[in-house]
Amino acid sequence: MSRDEIETLQSARLVKQVNRVYHNVEYYRKKMQAVGLEPGDIRGIEDLNKLPFTTYEDLNKTYPFGLAAVPKSELVRVHASSGTTGKPKIGVYTRRDIDTWAECVARCFSMAGITRDDVIQVGYGYGLFTGGLGAHYGAEYLGAMVLPMSTGNTKKLIDMMVDCDVTAIACTPSYLLHVAEDLEKAGLIDKIKLKTAICGAEPWTDEMRDQMEQRLHIKAYDIYGLTEICGPGVACDCEYHKGLHIWEDHFLPEIINPNTLEQQPGGTEGELVITNLTKEGMPMIRYRTKDLTSLEYGKCDCGRTMARIQRFKGRTDDMLIIKGVNVFPSQVEAALLTVEGTTPHYMMVVDRVDNSDTLEIQVEVAESAFTDEVSSLERLSKEVHDRLKTAIGLNAKVKLVEPNGLGHFDGKSKHVIDKRKLYE
Amino acid sequence: MFIKQISVFIENKEGRLDEVLKILSDGGINLLSVSLADTSEYGVLRLISQKPEKAYEILKNAGFTARIDEVIAVVVPDDVGSLQKVLADLRDGGINITYIYGLSIDGPGAPIAIKTDNQEKASEILKANSVKTITQEELEEI
Repeated sequence: MSRDEIETLQSARLVKQVNRVYHNVEYYRKKMQAVGLEPGDIRGIEDLNKLPFTTYEDLNKTYPFGLAAVPKSELVRVHASSGTTGKPKIGVYTRRDIDTWAECVARCFSMAGITRDDVIQVGYGYGLFTGGLGAHYGAEYLGAMVLPMSTGNTKKLIDMMVDCDVTAIACTPSYLLHVAEDLEKAGLIDKIKLKTAICGAEPWTDEMRDQMEQRLHIKAYDIYGLTEICGPGVACDCEYHKGLHIWEDHFLPEIINPNTLEQQPGGTEGELVITNLTKEGMPMIRYRTKDLTSLEYGKCDCGRTMARIQRFKGRTDDMLIIKGVNVFPSQVEAALLTVEGTTPHYMMVVDRVDNSDTLEIQVEVAESAFTDEVSSLERLSKEVHDRLKTAIGLNAKVKLVEPNGLGHFDGKSKHVIDKRKLYE
Repeated sequence: MFIKQISVFIENKEGRLDEVLKILSDGGINLLSVSLADTSEYGVLRLISQKPEKAYEILKNAGFTARIDEVIAVVVPDDVGSLQKVLADLRDGGINITYIYGLSIDGPGAPIAIKTDNQEKASEILKANSVKTITQEELEEI
């Protein structure tokens, strides 16, 4: 499609979508009315910047189904990921949304050279997380054979990779490197038929791509998405790795300056904002992703004309992605507050050791909880671990530290040390 | 029978133990015993001093998490099996030992510090078995 054709299609779909949400979603209608907008004011994508943004705060206020644009009976699925204040960010889907999503994922897989002849292992968690089911439906849409491995059993994944002549895998990049290591240890690198990996759910670097391509003799592709928009499959890179092609017929991207909120031209860095052009269940209108990047609209070397999301430069909020899980320091803080015997002072140390993300929570022992017995401190440490596991779904290493051992700064404490350097 | 013990929470990092000991010696505290219970991340340093309150104050002022507890000080006779007998008496009385360590005090006999899950009952059992113990007052006169 030429740029003109893309924009004509986008304009038609945007007009239709704005009409739908204005009439079906009270919250959106009120937001539009508050700035004096009527659906008729939006005649095409050139009017996009008149529309109010949608943010996590909007999702939180309307949680869970306040932004649904169809009756509940039309909804067939809910997915969710962590939100800042504990309320998850959810996405709801109609049957058609599930199909559209599967098609988008299938396009990504197809761009990575996967066909119906491939055997693909899905190594994302199956559940509320969009990764597992998203990749699964996409692969099936394509007609490939899917092994729904989910997470947690690398030994079985490796055994079946060899036994079933698996040719492709979808999982987080750090997990794939972990798999590579285990394959090397078991001397099985020559026994596998793997040729393609589609990795996502966490930011990764070119160095990681080089590593997995060389160690596993494969081609690796980067897939992007977020629960609020649909899940993985919003964008993916092609063999030229010059940015992630975003499926502009379904997702209308723009870049804004996160401070002035003004739309930015192609090539300029800012916050990625996405509008769902075709989603029925809970369409996002100008959703602020908080991901910092830029967009390239020129034709790619691969011949595709869909815009490309460039390397992510960070986030406008303090969200961390650890082992593919979205984690906010505020969740950790809230969990610690429920544990008696710790102080509100804590530090999250995130690192990547042997290609696997690690999270250490350093927490000060409150005077009242300290005893002469080590076992009581061990109990405290275990309780912190268990509460965090419930709150953020990760096994964190808990380190008890001396009071003031965390270097309290004037007024504002620093709570995160990320040693992974993912955005450099 | 009971003597005062100071416990200090210290992180396992280079020079930390040394810092605690230096602060105390600068404050004129003479330590009669030191015992460190450690894990890979942190340790609980247990100290016996003739001036426990002063030692506690010095540590608090230096920002350490510390506390004072009572432990039982027993003088174990210099005979084969005598420690085992003391512990057997406690076990027979349903007492569990939490920790135990030697006190660096001159004999005769081997002075030890014992912490149990029921200090009152343990002291009664020891008394009933005429086990020789040390009081805080005796400790301060050494």
